[in-house]
Amino acid sequence: MNAIRKFDLKALVASVILYSILEGLIMADIIGPFWELNIILICINVILATSLNLINGYTGQFSIGHAGFLAVGAYTGAIITVKLGLPFELALIVGTISAGALGFLIGLPTLRLNGDYLAIATLGLGEIIRICILNIDYVGGASGLMGIPRITNLAWSFGLMIFVIFFIKNFKNSAHGRACLAIRENEIAADTMGIDTTKYKVMAFTLGAAFAGTAGVLFSHYFYIAHPASFTFMRSFDILTMVVLGGLGSMTGAITGAVLLTFISAYLSDFPEWRMIIYSITLIVLMLRRPQGLFGSQELSLKMFKLGGGKDGGNTVTGK
Amino acid sequence: MAETLLQVNDVSMVFGGLRAVSNLNLEIKTGELIGLIGPNGAGKTTAFNMITGVYTPTEGDVIFDGTRTNGKKSYQVTQLGMARTFQNIRLFSELSVIDNVKIAYNMHVKYNLVEAVVRDGNYINEEEAITAKALDLLKIFKLDDKADEQAKNLPYGEQRRLEIARALATAPKLLLLDEPAAGMNPQETKELMEMIRWIRDEFKLSILLIEHDMGLVMGVCERIYVLEYGFCIAQGVPDEIKNNKRVIEAYLGEEVS
Repeated sequence: MNAIRKFDLKALVASVILYSILEGLIMADIIGPFWELNIILICINVILATSLNLINGYTGQFSIGHAGFLAVGAYTGAIITVKLGLPFELALIVGTISAGALGFLIGLPTLRLNGDYLAIATLGLGEIIRICILNIDYVGGASGLMGIPRITNLAWSFGLMIFVIFFIKNFKNSAHGRACLAIRENEIAADTMGIDTTKYKVMAFTLGAAFAGTAGVLFSHYFYIAHPASFTFMRSFDILTMVVLGGLGSMTGAITGAVLLTFISAYLSDFPEWRMIIYSITLIVLMLRRPQGLFGSQELSLKMFKLGGGKDGGNTVTGK
Repeated sequence: MAETLLQVNDVSMVFGGLRAVSNLNLEIKTGELIGLIGPNGAGKTTAFNMITGVYTPTEGDVIFDGTRTNGKKSYQVTQLGMARTFQNIRLFSELSVIDNVKIAYNMHVKYNLVEAVVRDGNYINEEEAITAKALDLLKIFKLDDKADEQAKNLPYGEQRRLEIARALATAPKLLLLDEPAAGMNPQETKELMEMIRWIRDEFKLSILLIEHDMGLVMGVCERIYVLEYGFCIAQGVPDEIKNNKRVIEAYLGEEVS
């Protein structure tokens, strides 16, 4: 199956080219600091959306506490660099692992629940994490952890985004990923096919949480500060909206959702009071017109363009 | 003398105050084709669920291939070599036909998570092998030309076939079919009958099937167990069952004296 590797290689080359163009435009000052910030935010949001899609879209476990894991990554990363004075690379690794470990611990008991119950449990979890952080003086409590160096740049965020996209894409196209899809489709049938459903649910949840942690480290090391107010349940809903907008279970959909919503937010930053209104109208129209999201559970492909139903999704070329 | 593959000893299942299955004894030898019949609500599917590990029996033991399986989870029982289909078809309906079958090979896959993500040689070889095996199996069931279609788009009869193909992909020693002929016309039922016998011989396994269609059961099964209100009221070869007074009463009601 050399075709698989060839495709991977092509996608990789395409993303390197895209990166060089972006970097070039920034160097040449065509993209100013405002849009540079938004491009980095897009990368972070793509990581968040694709990792949530792994849990919600592929495995079918409805989690809405993603901001909690983002916070864990942001704070542990900041502790490593600010409090302990250790390098950023280590912060990335520790932030990822600690969010993943927490996801594992939380996943074991909560993934026995399903549907609405799991949603409420994960929502509660996100809030618990935030309130715990709020009360720990070591990390600054309500005033947040300040003085974090700005280390995240386009190279870091873009590179890690590509890494996460490839990881999740290849995971989905393996036996492990198929097990997760089987659980989403019919848990009882998956069980009788010899699939340890608990193991795979926890695996998907842990991986998703870990990548949210990665995004957290990038986030706090770009905005100089880790503040509890950035990790409320509204943030969780933001991420969920991206995934649902693009289509649950579609990787390219999650990426498109993240790109689109970040752009909309950026454009509307001059009228913050309008932002939520336009946001909600977009969603209402979408749910009425296309309840399955932009792409449904399909992936964006050349075939879609040939049928004339394609939609330009920024850097989605890299997402197959 | 063939050896015993499945031994069900005095098994009962109690839901609150309801005894769904009472003191069931069942034995299946290697290569046998056994039927389990009974009126609606007799406890046939409950018996199936206990054997396959969906329920843990409240009393008694299930011994499969020398291992005690009660208390084991469904997926562990499957890994021991037991596969089943469902009365109401449970396919992975949004996934492609071939993926449905590939999922059944999952427990035999040898590459790990890291190998899958970096796509090393091991991953590529395994995936190629799985795809080839899945296609072969689909070809046997005449579904290979629909390999890339979504499972939910198949007609009813083909969905049933796919479910059986998927169960066979787990390489079972015992196959349990829960009402395979439900919703089929007489012609389809006749084809199914031949297919069941053929599967048994071709894949060298034992089959236990629940069925309402008497023609199918009597025509294909070597021995039959009859359940009524959770009790096993008769067992034996088809001819014995046909003439058994208790069985006739259970199906047609008692004679008015």
